[in-house]
Amino acid sequence: MGEVMEKKGAIKELWKGLQALAWGFSTTFIHLFKKPVTEQYPEQKRSLPHRSRGRIILTRDPDGQERCVACYLCSAVCPVSCISMQSAQRQDGRRYALWFRINFARCIFCGLCEEACPTLAIQLTPDFEMTRRNPMDLLYEKEDLLVEHGGKDKEYNYYRLAGVQVTGPKGSHQGEKPPVDPMSNMP
Amino acid sequence: MAQWTEAVFLAAIKSALVILVLLGIAAYLVLAERKILARLQVRYGPNRAGPRGVLQPLADMIKLLTKEDTIPAGADKVLFLMAPAVVAATVLMSFAVVPWGPEFAFGDTKIKGIVADVPVGVLYLFAMSSLAVYGVALGGWASNSKYSLLGGVRGAAQMISYELSMGLSLAPVVMISGSFSLVSIVEAQQGIPFALVQPVSLVLFFLSSMAETRRIPFDLPEAENELVAGYHTEYSGMRFGLFFLGEYVNILVLGALVATMFLGGWKGPVLPPAIWFLLKVTAVAFLLIWIRGTLPRFRYDQLMHLGWKLLLPASILNVLATGAILAFWES
Ligand code: SF4
Ligand code: SF4
Repeated sequence: MGEVMEKKGAIKELWKGLQALAWGFSTTFIHLFKKPVTEQYPEQKRSLPHRSRGRIILTRDPDGQERCVACYLCSAVCPVSCISMQSAQRQDGRRYALWFRINFARCIFCGLCEEACPTLAIQLTPDFEMTRRNPMDLLYEKEDLLVEHGGKDKEYNYYRLAGVQVTGPKGSHQGEKPPVDPMSNMP
Repeated sequence: MAQWTEAVFLAAIKSALVILVLLGIAAYLVLAERKILARLQVRYGPNRAGPRGVLQPLADMIKLLTKEDTIPAGADKVLFLMAPAVVAATVLMSFAVVPWGPEFAFGDTKIKGIVADVPVGVLYLFAMSSLAVYGVALGGWASNSKYSLLGGVRGAAQMISYELSMGLSLAPVVMISGSFSLVSIVEAQQGIPFALVQPVSLVLFFLSSMAETRRIPFDLPEAENELVAGYHTEYSGMRFGLFFLGEYVNILVLGALVATMFLGGWKGPVLPPAIWFLLKVTAVAFLLIWIRGTLPRFRYDQLMHLGWKLLLPASILNVLATGAILAFWES
């Protein structure tokens, strides 16, 4: 009796297996006649999401000034150390980068520089088509990086929110409290 | 003397023709496989080299021929260099006994549609397919790389488990047609193809020879995911190309065997024999590609289980049953 039951089970299993096989084979066969979903890259280009990480730019603030204050934060945070620059100071005390260089042959497009930047100067763009035959062509200087717009947040202006005495004395900027006299904190 | 030279001359021409056609078809089989496989997976496949990618085989060939041929340090040089040739040569040689057409007259010489009508063609085929695995095993061993070695060992083990059931699954065909020659086997299918007489042995043969050709779902010697590329991991350039060629010619050999043994070979209405033969081979090749696009790879123990515990007993039973029926018929 038990043996018969077992045999029935085996036949049932076999039947089930065959059904599953037929199911699989018919699925692939039907796909043979479907239109491929492939995007044919150089001809069909997909517009990438706004925040996808590609070629890096240096943006300007709403006044048209360079946002970068050459604070070296991006350079410090960069895991592959591909950003280098030389800071300098303008007559009015505002800092800027004398030269600013990104080696895109080393950049891994991690976006950490963008996150570190206090002035929103350095930003990544969705443009990823920047392969070159010669690796030296991947060294981008400041004039290659600098653009004429504000990038993602056009209204942001670091010097209006905080900063050195450029637009006004300390404590006079947007949302800035007057400097605290450390002596007043004494018990 | 004249007859002797004529025979050699004819054989040389026929083999050259068969090899050329075979290589051409194999090159385009690669393209067809990539295309069909792509469509099965809702992709386009190669479509850049030439219109719709028809020049892809040419581009691949140029690439393979011009790539550097590297030999890993510590490899057994002679064996390493020999192994791909063994694989390619044996599969090409298998085709010598496969008939692609009936005897036809050319002028007043009669020409057989086969390179060599060997009376023991079936045995010759088995010999060739067992030799081919030496290429795999030796290539794997000579590479001096653990992945290759594992691939080679798997290839050898797989061959041992499948050769038996492959041989036994063809035994009923030989018993019914009463001959080891492939031409006589085709002639014996004058009425109905053996696929209808011996469906069980068709299935058994198809499964075990699929394992012999080392294709998905039986591609354990290559198993990209775990063994990089298995026995040909260390090969580059045209030596890799020879392995590759071997695999695709092997598909054609398998297709030709299924066509000859079970589907009536070159026989068929209206169309010329060679075309019929080609059609049948292509159908089998398509089936193989379809299988590759559908099934995942077997696990090693599942493969052994299938070979030793299912296919082998089933083919033995099939031989016994066929023998009993034949004996009953005759008495
Ligand atoms: S994206 Fe990453 S790797 Fe590239 S420059 Fe910025 S921090 Fe460096
Ligand atoms: S972090 Fe921003 S502001 Fe600082 S140096 Fe880099 S780009 Fe300039």
